[in-house]
Amino acid sequence: MASFRLSRAPAVDTALKLLVVAVAMFAFVFVVMVPLYNVLCDALGINGKTAGQAYTAVPAVVDESREVTVQFVAIKNDGMPWEFSPGVRAVRVHPGASNGVVFHAQNPTDSDMVAQAIPSISPSRAAAFFHKTECFCFDQQTLASRADADMALQFIVDQGLPQDIHTITLSYTLFDVTNRLSEGLAAR
Amino acid sequence: MGDHHHGPATGVTRWLFTTNHKDIGTMYLWFSFAMFLLGGFFAMVIRAELFQPGMQLVEPAFFNQMTTLHGLIMVFGAIMPSFVGLANWLIPMMIGAPDMALPRMNNWSFWILPPAFLMLASTLFMEGGAPAFGWTFYAPLSTTYAAPSVTFFIFAIHILGVSSIMGSINIIATVMNMRAPGMTYMKMPLFVWTWLITAFLLVAVMPVLAGAVTMMLMDVHFGTSFFSAAGGGDPVLFQHIFWFFGHPEVYIIILPAFGVVSQIIPAFSRKPLFGYASMVYATASIAFLSFIVWAHHMYTVGMPVAGELFFMYATMLIAVPTGVKVFNWITTMWRGALSFETPMLFCIGFLVLFTLGGFTGLMLSIAPADFQYHDTYFVVAHFHYVMVAGAVFSMTAAVYFWLPKWCGRMYNESMGKAHFWISFIGFNITFFPQHFVGLAGMPRRIPDYALQFADFNMMSSIGAFIYGASQLLFLYNVIATIVAGKRVSDEKVWDGAEGLEWTVATPAPYHTFEEPPLVPKPAGTI
Repeated sequence: MASFRLSRAPAVDTALKLLVVAVAMFAFVFVVMVPLYNVLCDALGINGKTAGQAYTAVPAVVDESREVTVQFVAIKNDGMPWEFSPGVRAVRVHPGASNGVVFHAQNPTDSDMVAQAIPSISPSRAAAFFHKTECFCFDQQTLASRADADMALQFIVDQGLPQDIHTITLSYTLFDVTNRLSEGLAAR
Repeated sequence: MGDHHHGPATGVTRWLFTTNHKDIGTMYLWFSFAMFLLGGFFAMVIRAELFQPGMQLVEPAFFNQMTTLHGLIMVFGAIMPSFVGLANWLIPMMIGAPDMALPRMNNWSFWILPPAFLMLASTLFMEGGAPAFGWTFYAPLSTTYAAPSVTFFIFAIHILGVSSIMGSINIIATVMNMRAPGMTYMKMPLFVWTWLITAFLLVAVMPVLAGAVTMMLMDVHFGTSFFSAAGGGDPVLFQHIFWFFGHPEVYIIILPAFGVVSQIIPAFSRKPLFGYASMVYATASIAFLSFIVWAHHMYTVGMPVAGELFFMYATMLIAVPTGVKVFNWITTMWRGALSFETPMLFCIGFLVLFTLGGFTGLMLSIAPADFQYHDTYFVVAHFHYVMVAGAVFSMTAAVYFWLPKWCGRMYNESMGKAHFWISFIGFNITFFPQHFVGLAGMPRRIPDYALQFADFNMMSSIGAFIYGASQLLFLYNVIATIVAGKRVSDEKVWDGAEGLEWTVATPAPYHTFEEPPLVPKPAGTI
């Protein structure tokens, strides 16, 4: 580094090198911090986030000796007018078994709308052991005016779920993304 | 020695176009004092509303704008520029350099600040009002749910980030390249060391803040979803990015204050600073550790236990080098020939009160305990002890200490002592009760509170009015000194003061050290 000079004056040289550091730190936010956050959330299974894609089930033995309660919570984001509720409040399942439930959604407005459901698992540690093989949260859901739908969720609780977890709560927040469809344009 | 000196230019254009570090330092200091009074006025509005339970004076939405602007203006407009002003005035003189390394960039670093703050203050008059999401502007409150003025808030932050980065580059380039022959790094005054380290912190983390607000801008205007769950983003990501900047930021605020205290205490103890080398290493350790503790601002966000523990241990560790510094200042005073002029009073006040703030910081660092303290007035009390009784007291001491050198006139010592005592008493009446209401459960950022908090809030407000009033006394003293103070002509204004700045004439000539000085004796070392 000592032999690499960008200019004649040593002080200007120092300044230019520091400018490079400043620009690099700005890039660091976008190129390192954001991806690293997502990678670590995924890899460590923390933050209650579940995978955004379908889980491919492998054949496995169902753990009949144990039952886990899975509760369902449906939340509408501020200003979202749809009716949104779980078909059942809770189910008791065996780890390893595949289970299906539905969520009801209804669009009471005069216009067609698009929604996105965002899941969250509590306790956060359970997120890594909750596999969704089919979920309405993988895609945006379109409902015409006054239409309703039963949206499906298929899931498996992993046999490796820590023994001290007896109840898992899966919460969906429904967001209105009708105006988010086009890239680069915001509705503000 | 060439005698082609010209004095300063005349008129307004002198100030607009100056590249002289003394002029630019003066402008930074006056600007920051004005911002201090503006931010202080917003604090008076806050304390006036909180004087009694119920809403008497302002609407809750406006109250939130006051708390937000108070924080932003104090941190970015008052404290940070004031220490940059000090750096500009003092660093070249302390290292025997004629000016800063990049004098024209120095002019720009200052002059973009007034427009940035004008833009920020003007948001008060915009549709939807000023930013009201707290100085920490968490998304999505500051993106999805923000008033239109958020765009101008973001631009203002970009501008003052650029100012800080340019200023820091200038300081590093100056210190690394322009020290007088014989002034090795380990002979530099502590104030120069602390600013050198602070400048590296600034270059590293101000761009991170710029990144955070750029991502906000993109979420607000360009349809991205960095922080919006609807689009697959995450509000917690904002907190990590913000505090990765935010924690080093608070050390950026306090390290130059440490440097000032390290200059003033030896002067009025008539003894060299104790443990010079350990002070340098302690400062560097604090700066390094400041990068790995950020999530102690986020203990309640849902981190796994391993994460909480790591950040707790790392945060507690910072108390060690900080303690080294406190003990070294005390040891400097031990068996010194002490005198208690105003600068020394503010430094001793700093020592006691900053240490108290450090203790509450240690309490906050204990992750399980923090679940009780988080977002309560206990936190507010903590950071006001370290930022006001810490950084602001140190800056005030610096002004009293160096003003005679800058303008060749002595301030009124009785008025200075009065300023100290009224500030000290007013400050403690304001913030000590806030520890108790916080522990008792009063949340932060609320315009009205439960009745059981009423008595201490009334006390706190009275203290705030006292403290605020005494800053007007300070303003008067500074102006009266500059205009009509008793003239001083000794180079060494204070008989215990050491350092190259005390070898030039008083008032300091417009250009100093155009020829590098001899460095006969290490400044500030044993």
